[in-house]
Amino acid sequence: MARHKEKIFGVLAQFESSQDIFRACEKVRDAGYTRWDAHTPFPVHGLDAAMGLKPSRLPWIVLVAALTGASCALLLQWWTSAVDYPLIIAGKPLFSWQAFVPVTFEVAVLFGALGALLGMLGLNRLPQHYHPVFQSKAFDRASDDKFFISIEAQDPRFDTSKTADMLRSVGATHVEMLEE
Amino acid sequence: MSHGHEKKTLRLDEVTIPRNHWWNTFMVAGAVAGVAGIGATFALGAADHHQLYYSYLTSFMYFLTLALGGMFFVLIQYAARAGWSVVVRRIAENMMATVPVFAVLFIPVVLGMHDLFHWTHAEAMEDPILKGKESYLNQEFFLIRAGIYFAVWIGVALYFYRSSTSQDTTKDLQTTRRLQAISAPAIALFALSITFAGFDWMMSLDPHWFSTIFGVYTFAGSVVATFAFLAVFSVMMRRAGLLGGVVTTEHLHDLGKLVFAFTVFWTYIAFSQYFLIWYANMPEETIFYRHRWENSWANISAFLALGHFVIPFFFLLPRTIKRNATTLVIGSLWMLFMHFVDLYWVIMPNHHKHGVHFSVIDVTAFVGVGGVFLASFAYLTKRHATVPLGDPRLPESVAFENF
Repeated sequence: MARHKEKIFGVLAQFESSQDIFRACEKVRDAGYTRWDAHTPFPVHGLDAAMGLKPSRLPWIVLVAALTGASCALLLQWWTSAVDYPLIIAGKPLFSWQAFVPVTFEVAVLFGALGALLGMLGLNRLPQHYHPVFQSKAFDRASDDKFFISIEAQDPRFDTSKTADMLRSVGATHVEMLEE
Repeated sequence: MSHGHEKKTLRLDEVTIPRNHWWNTFMVAGAVAGVAGIGATFALGAADHHQLYYSYLTSFMYFLTLALGGMFFVLIQYAARAGWSVVVRRIAENMMATVPVFAVLFIPVVLGMHDLFHWTHAEAMEDPILKGKESYLNQEFFLIRAGIYFAVWIGVALYFYRSSTSQDTTKDLQTTRRLQAISAPAIALFALSITFAGFDWMMSLDPHWFSTIFGVYTFAGSVVATFAFLAVFSVMMRRAGLLGGVVTTEHLHDLGKLVFAFTVFWTYIAFSQYFLIWYANMPEETIFYRHRWENSWANISAFLALGHFVIPFFFLLPRTIKRNATTLVIGSLWMLFMHFVDLYWVIMPNHHKHGVHFSVIDVTAFVGVGGVFLASFAYLTKRHATVPLGDPRLPESVAFENF
C-alpha cells in the first residue's frame, strides 16, 4: 500500500422503503447535516422538503439564457437587415420588429432550453464517471428496490462513529464506510 | 403515496354551503345588481341605442365566454381523464351550467341587431362585397345559427352537469365512462360553435373585415379568463372553508400554470392574427388594425399588448407566485380585467371609430350581466356539493402533488 490510510468519503446507509427513507431524511435534516444526499430508485413525493433542499437556481439560469437569446436574435436581425445590408422588403421599414418576432421568440426558446440542459448538468456536476458510492455492492440496488442516504465526511457535523450510529437509529438496515 | 397522507373521505356536509353562509348574499346581490344594471342600461341607453347595444354586447360576450370556458374546462378534463382537477371541476361545472341563462340574455342582442350589425340593413346589400356574403350574413340564418349554438351549449352543459351531480350520490363508475366517451365529440361541437359565434357576434360587427383565426382568438381569451376565474374562486371558497379542505397549493399551482400558459397562447394567437395581416398588407384586412391604431385607440392597443402579455408573463413566471394564493389571485384578477379590455378593444371601435369614448352604460351593462351571471353561478354552487363527491378520481385529485 502506497498510502497509509485511505481517505474516507463518507458513510452510506440503506433503507428498506420510501417511508423509512422519508423519515430518515427529516431526521438527518433536523440534525443539521448539509453535505449529504438521498438515492432512491424512483422519485419520492416531498423528499426535497424532507431533505430541506432549497429551491433550485435553475429557473434563473433559464431566464437569463432566454433573455440573452432574445436580445442576440433581435440584435442580429437589426444589424443584418437595417445596418449591414439594408434591403427594403414589401415597402416596409428596415427595422420592422413585427417580422423579427418569430425568430426572436425561437432563439429565446433555444437558448432557454440549452440553458436548462447545461445548467442542470452543471448544478448536478454531471457528467461524472466515478462516485465513491459505486464502491458499495449494496448500492447496486439503488436503481432497483433499496433506498440510500450518503453523508460526506466533509460535512462539519460528520463523525465516523456518531454519524453511523445516528443513521442506524433512524432505521438504516445496513451502514458502511466509503473511501474516496 | 410515499408518506403521511391521511386517507380522507369527504362527507357531504363538509362540501355543502350552509344555510346562513355569506355565500348566499352573492345570489341576492347578484340578482339585485342584475335587475338594476340591466334596467339602468336600458333606461340610460334609450337616447343612444348604439351605445346601449354595444355596451351590452361587450358584457354579454365577457360573461358568456366565462361560461363557455367553464364548459371547455370540464370537457377537456374528461377527454384527458385528468385526475388532478377533480377537486376544482365542480366550480367549472357551475360556470358551464349558467349557459341557459345566456340564451335569455341574448334577447337584447336580437333586439339590437339593427343597431349592432350594419349588414342587417337592406341598403347594405347594395354593397357588392356584402352582397357576396349575403348567403351567410342574413338575418334568418343568423338567428338559426344562434339557435343552434345555444342548443349545443345547453345540451352539452346540462348533460354533463346533471350526470356529474347525480354521480355525487350514485357513485356510479359508468357515469365517468360515459362522459369520457362523449367528451371528445362534445369538444368538436364546442370548437365549431364558439368559432362561429365569435364570427357572428363580434367579427361581423365589421362585415367587410374577416380573419380566419378569429374563432381561436375568441376561444383563447375565453380560456384565460376562465382559468383566472377558477383560481380566484378556488382561493375564495377555500378560505371560506367551502371546499372541504381538499383544494391545496398543488391545485392552485396548476391553475396558475394554466393561466400563465393560456396568457401566452392568447398572445400567440393575437400576434399571429396581427402578423399575417401586417405582412400581407391588404386594405380589407388591415382596416381592423387601422381603426385600432387611430387616436386614443392606439393607447388601448398598446395597453392590451402590455397588460395581456408582457406584465402577466413576467408576473406569473416564477413558481412562488403561482403557489402563493394571494399573488395568484392578484394575477388572476388582472387577467379577468384584461379579458374585458380585450373584448372592449374588439367590439367598441366598431361604434366609436375615432377614439375611445367611455360611457356609464359600459358600467351598468357589466354590472347587470355580471350580476345575473354571479347570481346563477352562486345558486348552482349552493344546489349541489362544491366538490364532485362521487368521482372515482377524487382520491387521486386530493392526493395530487407537483414535482
